[in-house]
Amino acid sequence: MRKRTLGFVALGAAASIFLSACGGGDTGETGGDTAAAGYDAGSTQIVNPSDQAGGTLRYAIQSDFDSTDPGDTYYGFSWNFSRYYARTLLAFTPAPAEASTELTTDLAAGMPEPNEDFTEWTIKIQEGLKYEDGSEITAQDIKYAIARSNYNGGELPNGPRYFESSLDQEPFNVYEVDDPMATFTAVETPDDYTLVFHLKESFSEFPYILTQPQTAPVPEEADRGALYRENVLSSGPYKFDGAYEPGVKLDLVRNEHWDAATDPTRPALPDEVTVEIGVEQNEIDQRLVNGEIDVDLSGVGVGPAMKSQMIQDLETYENNLDNPLSGALRFVNIHTPVLDTACRQAIAYAADRDSLHRAWGGDTGGDLATNLLPPTIPGSDPESNLYPSEDNKGDLEAAQAKLEECGEPDGFETNIAVREGREPDIATAESLQESLKRVGIELEIKTFPAEDFFAQYAGSQDYVRENNIGLSVSGWIPDWASGYGFGYKITSGDAIQETGNYNTSELDDPEVNALWDQALTTEDPDERADIYGQIDTLVMEQAAILPVVFDRAMFYRPDNLTNVYYTSSYAMYDFMALGVDQG
Amino acid sequence: MLNYILRRLGAGLLLLAVVTAVTFWIFYVLPKWAGVTPRGMAAMYVGKAPTPEALDATVERLGLDQPVIVQFFDFIRSLVFGDQFQFGRETVECAAPCLGYSFSTNSPVLEQLLARLPITASLAFGAAVIWLIGGVAVGVLSAVKKGSLFDRLAMSTALVGVSLPIYFTGLLALAFVVHGWKILPVPRYEPLTENPGAWFTALLLPWITLAFLHAAQYARQTRAGMLEVLGEDYIRTARAKGLSERKVIFKHALRPALTPILTIFGLDLGLVLGGAILTERVFSLKGVGAYAIEAIIGKDLPVVLGVTLLGAVFIVVCNLIVDLLYPLVDPRVRIAA
Repeated sequence: MRKRTLGFVALGAAASIFLSACGGGDTGETGGDTAAAGYDAGSTQIVNPSDQAGGTLRYAIQSDFDSTDPGDTYYGFSWNFSRYYARTLLAFTPAPAEASTELTTDLAAGMPEPNEDFTEWTIKIQEGLKYEDGSEITAQDIKYAIARSNYNGGELPNGPRYFESSLDQEPFNVYEVDDPMATFTAVETPDDYTLVFHLKESFSEFPYILTQPQTAPVPEEADRGALYRENVLSSGPYKFDGAYEPGVKLDLVRNEHWDAATDPTRPALPDEVTVEIGVEQNEIDQRLVNGEIDVDLSGVGVGPAMKSQMIQDLETYENNLDNPLSGALRFVNIHTPVLDTACRQAIAYAADRDSLHRAWGGDTGGDLATNLLPPTIPGSDPESNLYPSEDNKGDLEAAQAKLEECGEPDGFETNIAVREGREPDIATAESLQESLKRVGIELEIKTFPAEDFFAQYAGSQDYVRENNIGLSVSGWIPDWASGYGFGYKITSGDAIQETGNYNTSELDDPEVNALWDQALTTEDPDERADIYGQIDTLVMEQAAILPVVFDRAMFYRPDNLTNVYYTSSYAMYDFMALGVDQG
Repeated sequence: MLNYILRRLGAGLLLLAVVTAVTFWIFYVLPKWAGVTPRGMAAMYVGKAPTPEALDATVERLGLDQPVIVQFFDFIRSLVFGDQFQFGRETVECAAPCLGYSFSTNSPVLEQLLARLPITASLAFGAAVIWLIGGVAVGVLSAVKKGSLFDRLAMSTALVGVSLPIYFTGLLALAFVVHGWKILPVPRYEPLTENPGAWFTALLLPWITLAFLHAAQYARQTRAGMLEVLGEDYIRTARAKGLSERKVIFKHALRPALTPILTIFGLDLGLVLGGAILTERVFSLKGVGAYAIEAIIGKDLPVVLGVTLLGAVFIVVCNLIVDLLYPLVDPRVRIAA
């Protein structure tokens, strides 16, 4: 142990020297190991392991939760955080890095059992589980929680709708029908501890949905619709201490009715958890460094000002920094309704990827991407590159040939849509504008309000066609770390929507669509990974998406924080593991 | 006198109605001109990748497809008579003046405003005292010692103060005083009634930062006003009849010079009470201004309306108070009844 620790410190130091060149110390060690603090140690290992309970764990965040209601939330940090007070059917394995993407049980007594064609799933929950008021958690409560989070007539608008889209259920409104439980026939509860899910179609990745906070139990009589977020009835190790105050704070204290023996995924070390909301990002970073708070709740790392200060003064900060992949891909959509295949490929060849990489802050900002699936996802082949060029500066000859093939030998004019105020996105568009000019493709940069970007502009089919929007700068974080969780919504023809369209390039390729269908009837995760790899290649061939970088985030890890590690499943620190060293 | 106050209040109410109408208009009509559909608007209040059904449900719940005029009168009605809101299977009473519920957090707007008002009021009054006393004092001294080193130094500092934005001075103050030299603890607001010490230390920097900006203006205004008054004939007369310089300055020169200062003070205080957006943001104070900026970014109409109305109320009231104070400051002024 000691030896490894020393070795790691040395490695960390060496890595930091080469930081600007290689972007972080991949120690090559596997998950589950522990290490002393060192550069990037928390990306792959548990830093400051401890089982010391007690103290207060202090979070702060600039913006707010989309909702504290587990049935009504879609923010990554909120999913991670809600586990303090909301236990779900399944969970991700509490382990550093990729090991965390494996599923394990939470409320469930065992993993769900599918029928032959993956259209019916049966799962049992543990007996004797309790809410904060001491009453028992039943399968019916989980069924009700799923009903209210997916069929609520817009009352709880924030969460995803995976249950609604996969369950074999007529739409209804849980707040309008007389008997929601009887109306909701797609989920059956043969007894108090069993749930049977009936799906429309085969869905081999259904268990991932069961990790989502929407499976946290809510008794029908406790549901107050959109007001439930003020005081959620806890099933986890902590409960609300007074109401959640939007924009101000959320405090949690221990839930005495939670039984650690039933819950292997939560060590629940601190006695209290506090969240201060509405703190300026600079202020959060300063407090983090000065030990005035313990964790930035947003889980996206330090702000740009602090990041550049840290990179300039690495010697001071390196032992407290982690620079893991955030799980996100930054990319440019090349819209199929506006540009045909050869024209799109010309763009892929002409793009100066090296310059794009620098637009994202170079090596600490992320890894240069030449494929679709992030390296954290099984089936990804980050080495593959269908549009290679010397030093990644772009292959102008190949681009020229493709331009002739698409009937535009002198190039063409189109617009690139960017979200207002997002500096790296704008830098991406500017870089592309420069490099495409070399083959006569003229881009005009159009900025749009970020919050309406998909609802009204780049994600609106009509707007894109009417305004000749040929490209748009985008980014994507998977809902869960698999090829399906990452890629379905941005590449499947079935996911195309009139507005709010995240398959923004509107790729509707029969081969890709067929492969998605095939994946959903494939049980073996390795076989699925193989299919996702094929989809990746096809999407690249179609040049519907121009990958830019696989994001890296810069996390600051205070010395007094214990059990710190990065999980790929939430692409941030595992909040459930964290504790505070009380000296 | 009473008649005057009533007339002013009546005009204030009219102003509030106009402000509300304009806010509505900006919120609903401008996007419509830009080609935004009700569904497009609804997309701002739902999570990512919503289904068309979810969008329609949201359109209906928030009434986004109703004509602007209907929504406007609905708002006025619930403001005057109160309203009822449906959450899940629960019906919630919202008593008049009902400002509705936030689109994004579903919390009652009036309650939120009242909870945040003490923070903004603490910030506003504290800063106002500093900038009024500091600004006027420096202005008077500068005018009296016109051309002296003090005058030049004070006026160039004032120029700097006017030109530096709060997010610059504020961040600088935080970086040095709190995080660098650690003279003050990390500011965490607590109510005056609960922990006066924490209240004071949390607000000290925001007060100074906000006051610095305004004090600079006040110093320059006071100086200019004083210089003008000091050149008047009656000042010469006062001096000629042998009054002490102190009496000349404070009794004869300062009072008329204060009248225009009082006018802008009323407006400034009203504005800051309606939310000191930048100061609250920089110092992470959860006041009305911070609430406003979140709402504007999130296009949370009920909150935007609530904050706008509150701000307008403060401006109307502060203006009225200032007008009533005029005769006390300057005996030459009489309110026409």
